Amino acid sequence: MKHFALAGNPNCGKTTLFNNLTGSTAHVGNWPGVTVEKREGIYKKLKEPVSIVDLPGIYSLSPYSPEEIISRNYLLQDKVDCIINILDVTNLERNLYLTTQLAELDIPLVVALNMSDLLTKNGDIIDVIKLSELLNVKVVSISALKGTNLDELMRTAYQESNKIRKGKMLFNSSILELIDELKGLYSKKNIENPLFHAIKMSEEDEIEIRNNEDIYERVVNFKKNFTNDNFEGDYASLLADERYRFIEQNSKKFFHRKQTNEKIKMTRSDKIDKILTNRFFGLLIFAVILFFIFHFTFAEDFLYLHAMGLFGDGLNVWPDVPIVGGVIGSGNGINSLGVMLQTLMINTTDWITSVVRSGLESLDGQSWVTGFICDGVLGGLFAVLSFVPQILLLFLFFSILEDTGYMARVAFILDRLFRKFGLSGRAFMPMIMGFGCSVPAIINTRTLADDNERTATIRVIPFFSCGAKLPILTAVSGAIVTTFGIGNADLITFGMYILGMVSAIIAVILMRNTTMRGPVPMFIMELPSYHVPQIKSLMIHLWDKLKHFMKKAFTIILVSTIIIWAMSHFSFSWQYLSDEEINNSILAGIGMLFQPLFTPLGWGSQLGAWGWVFCVGAVTGLIAKENVIATFSSLAACITAGFVGTEEGILEVEQMILATNIAIPGLISFIAFNMLTIPCFAAVATAKAELPKNKFKTTILFWLVFSYIVSMMIYLIGSYWWTLFIFLALIALMAFAIHYINMRLDKKRLANESN
Amino acid sequence: MKERLNSMKIGTFGVVTKVCGERKVCRRLYDMGITPGVEIYLRKKAPLGDPIEITIRGYELTLRKKEAENIEIETERS
Repeated sequence: MKHFALAGNPNCGKTTLFNNLTGSTAHVGNWPGVTVEKREGIYKKLKEPVSIVDLPGIYSLSPYSPEEIISRNYLLQDKVDCIINILDVTNLERNLYLTTQLAELDIPLVVALNMSDLLTKNGDIIDVIKLSELLNVKVVSISALKGTNLDELMRTAYQESNKIRKGKMLFNSSILELIDELKGLYSKKNIENPLFHAIKMSEEDEIEIRNNEDIYERVVNFKKNFTNDNFEGDYASLLADERYRFIEQNSKKFFHRKQTNEKIKMTRSDKIDKILTNRFFGLLIFAVILFFIFHFTFAEDFLYLHAMGLFGDGLNVWPDVPIVGGVIGSGNGINSLGVMLQTLMINTTDWITSVVRSGLESLDGQSWVTGFICDGVLGGLFAVLSFVPQILLLFLFFSILEDTGYMARVAFILDRLFRKFGLSGRAFMPMIMGFGCSVPAIINTRTLADDNERTATIRVIPFFSCGAKLPILTAVSGAIVTTFGIGNADLITFGMYILGMVSAIIAVILMRNTTMRGPVPMFIMELPSYHVPQIKSLMIHLWDKLKHFMKKAFTIILVSTIIIWAMSHFSFSWQYLSDEEINNSILAGIGMLFQPLFTPLGWGSQLGAWGWVFCVGAVTGLIAKENVIATFSSLAACITAGFVGTEEGILEVEQMILATNIAIPGLISFIAFNMLTIPCFAAVATAKAELPKNKFKTTILFWLVFSYIVSMMIYLIGSYWWTLFIFLALIALMAFAIHYINMRLDKKRLANESN
Repeated sequence: MKERLNSMKIGTFGVVTKVCGERKVCRRLYDMGITPGVEIYLRKKAPLGDPIEITIRGYELTLRKKEAENIEIETERS
């Protein structure tokens, strides 16, 4: 089968084209070594099916971002039969810059001019024939969005793929002599794509020098004799300049701009931008948007209509009807879309469980079989499914923001703030996604080019409490209110979210001042025009996420809930235990072993006989955070015979509190620990793949130590207020020590540099 | 008048005369189309005063003042 590769700038419509060409055959994987998404699919409308790979969006083939390196390696190492280079005609000059580089490869190339419908609206005209002559490749004008001319494009690409193409330098270079010489050397070494390598070598490309040090000597020698340039021997800049000059000088031949008097036209995108990034309202608008996203997903009193006195208590529609009961609203108000979907899901799974349970009981089977299926398998699985609707909804909102182009503006608005902590505005997107789920958030850090920034961001992403941790927050804080009769559950939950964010800021500042000192990463980013997001690509995106969650639910989480259930119902001698005998179970044994470790955190040995339940909860949370409350509900059923839990898990936690006599500081410390410690398996695996080399082990250690210290502080200060002063003194001492050491280091470095 | 991009006024035009600075930053600026001779329009500053947003080669680019300092500009201003 032939392999085609789609290449182009970010935001040029590449993914839309890919979706249109491959349809349902597309699947998402990872590029080897990194978790940058690799989309592959099959196009079937030719004589033979061809496989298509969607390369990441890039501006150049330089070696500075993971996307560029991936694309480059793929084009050079894998057998690509044809490159389809998509150009956004509204942005032709910069798009052609990449084309001049792709043309230097010995791979057949076809150019697809995208969005030509947009251009004609402006009144500009592109001469396809002239452009084709200039680039010396076939050019097809398409519309990825409407699907116009795609078959023509693929036919052309197929024809070209049967030909042999030699790399061609489109522009005249003042260092042609050097490039020719290097090309000869590469050809002699039988290296493919000699022209491409020769040009990259003359650019003193880091990857190229590493691979062919012998050839690099020629560049050094050439530089000694050739001083006739304005770039002080920086040939990368010289060549970039020459490429753009070539494009500019020839653009009149193929690009006929409609004459306008204004120098800068106000497009619709500009008008939107004027409001959204307004100097005075920009931040406010952003905060409002963020509020509504979370409100639509999580609010149980939609738009606060009930709080404002509307509707009274009559909103609990059809409370006794199975499945739809309570979906629309409760006594507290109308549900938001997220809560409606969640309630629907929970009602359905509850109904299934009850049917299965009564079915099994009527069969008169053994009680452990019923327990295993209903409490072990279904209970664990449904606990996960219950919040899938909300996570998907959050994804949907963030995808919309991303696709419209607003996310880039958010980075623009917030950059100044983030730079204070040694990050760039771009780090904000993955962090805020962390509220939905850490896994895509960590994957999203690939937009950060700087290794230190990536590592720091990945480490604090779990502090932005994800959807799976929300049940822990609501259940524990709900139980605090119902058991102790003080406080406000929403306020505690909100406070914990704040704690997570503050922890993230402190952790980042700490890292940037100790292990990750260095210059603030650069921030040079395109602000794409605003688009109306496309439903098709949004849905494809959501479907991928859903698949990911289902996989997680049906594999890791299912297996772990079964293991937990088995461990809590069997003793070390593999004797089946009834619910009342859980104290003799394997799980209790393991929990008791670890119990003393958590004593300084307020939920260890001081809790007595049942103290191990919190340890077990925290440990199972490492498998998946959903497990914490799921574990509690299976344990609650064991502690109190005939116990019937609730969806929120509040009653379950109440059982725990009553059984252990745990105090409020211990409970808060428990939430904090679960929120800040090592995230779930899926997130850990993602972090391992995304982190730079040698950072994984230290990251795990960081999560453990950081969460332990914060939780300990919460417990100790909450229990013995005077410890606050000890901690403050310690923090001040540490800050001073770091400052002092850094000052010494800087002095040393300056002294070394001046020598 | 010669100046640097970071000191340009909002709503003014300038022509790039030189791009200098650290290799990695410089390369990135070139890749994004900031080369000698190209015209730059300073559109706006972010709500907190930094970064800035420019129009170049028909698209919008944002960069920090620190990076903009690497770009020498010839402006029409007298």
